[in-house]
Amino acid sequence: MPSAFKKALDSGKFVVTSEVAPSKGTNLEKMAHHVELLKDKVDAMNVTDHQSSVMRFPSLGGALLVKENGGEPILQMTCRDRNRLALQADLMFAASRGINNVLCLTGDSVMLGDHKEAKAVFDLDSSQLVAAVRTMERGKDMAGNELDGAVKFCAGAIVTPEANPIEPQLIKFEKKIEAGAEFIQTQAVYDLDNFKKFMDYARQFDAKILAGVILLTSAGMARFMNKNVAGVMVPQNLIDEMAAAPKGGALKKGIEIAGRMIAQIKEEQICDGVHIMAIGKEEVVPDIMSAAGLL
Amino acid sequence: MIRSITQQKPMEEIEHLLEGMDRIFVIGCGTCTTLTRTGGVEQVAAMAEDLSARGKVLTGTTVVPVACDNLAADILSEFGARMNQADALLVMSCAYGVQTMASQLGQMVVPAQNTLFIGKENAAGQFNEICTQCGTCVIGETGGICPVTTCHKGLVNGPCGGTNNGKCEIDSNKDCAWTMIYNRLKELDRLDSMRTYKKPRNHLGEPGPGKFLIPAE
Ligand code: SF4
Ligand code: SF4
Repeated sequence: MPSAFKKALDSGKFVVTSEVAPSKGTNLEKMAHHVELLKDKVDAMNVTDHQSSVMRFPSLGGALLVKENGGEPILQMTCRDRNRLALQADLMFAASRGINNVLCLTGDSVMLGDHKEAKAVFDLDSSQLVAAVRTMERGKDMAGNELDGAVKFCAGAIVTPEANPIEPQLIKFEKKIEAGAEFIQTQAVYDLDNFKKFMDYARQFDAKILAGVILLTSAGMARFMNKNVAGVMVPQNLIDEMAAAPKGGALKKGIEIAGRMIAQIKEEQICDGVHIMAIGKEEVVPDIMSAAGLL
Repeated sequence: MIRSITQQKPMEEIEHLLEGMDRIFVIGCGTCTTLTRTGGVEQVAAMAEDLSARGKVLTGTTVVPVACDNLAADILSEFGARMNQADALLVMSCAYGVQTMASQLGQMVVPAQNTLFIGKENAAGQFNEICTQCGTCVIGETGGICPVTTCHKGLVNGPCGGTNNGKCEIDSNKDCAWTMIYNRLKELDRLDSMRTYKKPRNHLGEPGPGKFLIPAE
């Protein structure tokens, strides 16, 4: 049976996903609170996998928590920390517990996180992980052995539409789709005219595209991302708009901008939905959705 | 030309490794660590001075021509007495030389260096790691640039999301391997090679530790 998220993607409706960040520690209250807050509003929730290589509660555990609390989880899986045995094992575990959406990522360098001396794995890459999911759906493991019970996933991957140079990125994007990615979440996009050009190209492929929307919380944060986050380009006019917000009003302004962008994406049917990343501010996702006219 | 690239360990670590060993004989190498200025004549002299200042007794110093050569032990035999007086040999070659000494001399050896990688000199004084001897060479499909080594994550299907203006996510001074590979293949009009999906890598080239015997004629 297709997952609820898969059904939403196939229904043709404007799909909205968000994120829950697993806790640093075993106190899961905050996560559970965010699940409660968002589960009836969004179509699915990504559970991040040691995001930015910072060690946290596992995405698999977080996805279970979403499931147990009535939400629809998208299990993020990176290739940074597990070899192909461990990744396949975790896919089987997830499938056996009703977690049937997976986002396949390469993963950040261990050096960017809080355990810099750890051994990085990268036995597989994101496209090979997508391919592994498909292989396991056919009832085989990666070595070609029979599985007693296959898996079933709606599998996705990511793309950075504003990467420079763009062509190597697009070659990888096409490989992910070829490997079986059904949906693609994008890195944050702010310049919708640029994004439309990307979509003109991406439309030819049989994959649903969810535009990444990162909530801006201050002009400084926007400038920081421009300088430090690969493939993220906040245009000057948005930075100016954030900077002009009255003291204490930056978050409100960020919500307004995110809402406005989402409304435009939906209105102009630029792509199939959005993936909202309100990093550390999951509380305001419903406000962003309201600002976009989605609630 | 390939060279073993080394970096001297912090003196605190060397001191810790030499704890309880008062008399030291220092051995440098006339090949790689001379070239990289981490274990040549000057560095050996500086090390001897530093150790003396830290209260060690230097029983002698020398720089052998090639520390990883099995002949190194013969060459060192002229220092036999002075080496025997030492509690430890502090070796300022790469780890190949240190292990050669350890296996031949029957004395406690302590490395003064961290061996970083086998580097190729690309420009005067600039070395790059371009092969990690993975045992299943894939560069026939990547325009002769090694993604296993040159890509920080060893990715074989194209760039990760961290690639930024042609640089790697871990260091804006490091070229992204996949921008390099893309440019090279484009030049050669062989981008199809990059478009082809590569299966997960085979890590079973030569199970470590690698071992090779020249077949008898
Ligand atoms: S793929 Fe890279 S690491 Fe492996 S043998 Fe070839 S050049 Fe060396
Ligand atoms: S930025 Fe380029 S070289 Fe660095 S890990 Fe990613 S793909 Fe590899």
